Amino acid sequence: MPAALGALLLGGPLVALLLRAPWIALPALLAGPVVLPALGLSLGTALASTAICLLVGVPLAAALAGSDGWPLPLRRAARALVATPLVLPPVIGGIALLLLLGRTGLLGRPLLAAFGIGIPFSTTAVVLAQAFVGLPFTVLSVEGALRGVDPRFPAAAATLGASPWIVFSRVVLPLAAPGVAAGAVLSFARALGEFGATITFAGSLPGVTQTLPVAAYVALTDDLPAALAIAVLLVVVSAAVLVSLRERWLVGLRP
Amino acid sequence: MTRRPLAVVLAAVAVLALAGCAEPASDAAPAATASATASASATPTAAALSGTIVVDAAASLSGVLPPIATAFEQAHPGTTVRLTFGGSSALAAQIVAGAPVDVFAAASTKTMQTVSDAGLAAAGPVVIARNELEIAVPPSNPGKVTGLADFADGARTIVVCDAKVPCGAAAQRVFALAKVAAKPDSYEPDVTSVLNKVELGEADAGLVYRTDVLAAGGRVKGIPFPEAAKAITAYPIAPLKGSAHSALAAAFVDEVVQHGAARLRAAGFLGP
Repeated sequence: MPAALGALLLGGPLVALLLRAPWIALPALLAGPVVLPALGLSLGTALASTAICLLVGVPLAAALAGSDGWPLPLRRAARALVATPLVLPPVIGGIALLLLLGRTGLLGRPLLAAFGIGIPFSTTAVVLAQAFVGLPFTVLSVEGALRGVDPRFPAAAATLGASPWIVFSRVVLPLAAPGVAAGAVLSFARALGEFGATITFAGSLPGVTQTLPVAAYVALTDDLPAALAIAVLLVVVSAAVLVSLRERWLVGLRP
Repeated sequence: MTRRPLAVVLAAVAVLALAGCAEPASDAAPAATASATASASATPTAAALSGTIVVDAAASLSGVLPPIATAFEQAHPGTTVRLTFGGSSALAAQIVAGAPVDVFAAASTKTMQTVSDAGLAAAGPVVIARNELEIAVPPSNPGKVTGLADFADGARTIVVCDAKVPCGAAAQRVFALAKVAAKPDSYEPDVTSVLNKVELGEADAGLVYRTDVLAAGGRVKGIPFPEAAKAITAYPIAPLKGSAHSALAAAFVDEVVQHGAARLRAAGFLGP
């Protein structure tokens, strides 16, 4: 019974959305000047942010997986840090990114002064906002997978003379690959749906920073059918991504 | 995934409402609150009213409505006025989609029209104030902005409202009137977002309402321009159908219409 309620809570809004979707007008709505550029931008930025998540998330996960020897307060602080983007309202995350990387921000001001690099209102800002909210998914998923690796394999590799880097990259990481893949897909899906941090940190400019969720929100203000059409597109793309997980999901998260 | 944008919208609205409630309320002069209380208690309906109403209002009214609501609650013990501020168009979309709202105050007659057209206005909307645009720049004016013509400069960081919301529609009108080919870096979903980006120093200039510049105090600098007078936006308010407390909703609308004028003028709004 609770499982059925859970399924209703998850599936109900989706069903309601699909029932209300303007199916007949859908091709015309999606072929308009707004949606295709937004779709391209969404896919491109989500791929880029997923790459960033993997690049910094896997080492971070490895550090956390090996953190059992750390002092408890430090371990707890590291864990809280990783979870921050999950609990922080994305709009506030966007403000925080502005305060750090904006042109008057902590790092943003020296960046602008030294290199003339301005990040807000750029596609880079979209990618960074997505990476910020997506990173916990990579880190938590990969950490779970790394902890699930049988310690005898890396130990055996080490006794055979492999360096720590070779042990990690050739033995541990391949064993944890399903978890890495799951983390990447979850981060990608989260990035695809990212809205709050994006609109706060990157703004909304068609072709540059207006991703699908941002376009859906803007459409919502005066054109509900257009917003629903974009929502259907997002559902289809996300479903395709998440279905690609299949059993990898479980293998990756369960040690 | 599609449910996330809506959740975030709600979060954004909540944040805007909090920001709106917290700041200007503390700025409000105590004397003004006292006079509004006196005037509200003079209304004859005082005895019968009770319950809670939800009032959705344009973001630009966030400095004016909280003290009016507080005075109304004090004059009618047992009543609660819940204020939600956001982009008028987004609020209107929520109302049309069935959000349980008792009173709506929009930043344009066109936005109110979408609610009236859906048959949701319980009484004819009444215009309580008018407003005009002003250029907002950070206090130090880093982009050396002097007028609307600077909005065509791609090197400056420019933010305006999206054309789908009232402040953005007004912005497009003034650009057309001034024959300026504006090159914004972002089309924001509501006027508060534009103001925030100027206030944070991330934008060299933005187009906001005159009242927003006044409410921001010294945190932004306002630059008036002549075309603003030809793109004035009106603020209609109306009680909504389906309210469980329709008498209370009507009484609150009445209070804003009858006694809100002085406060609206003090905040920089033009008369209705």
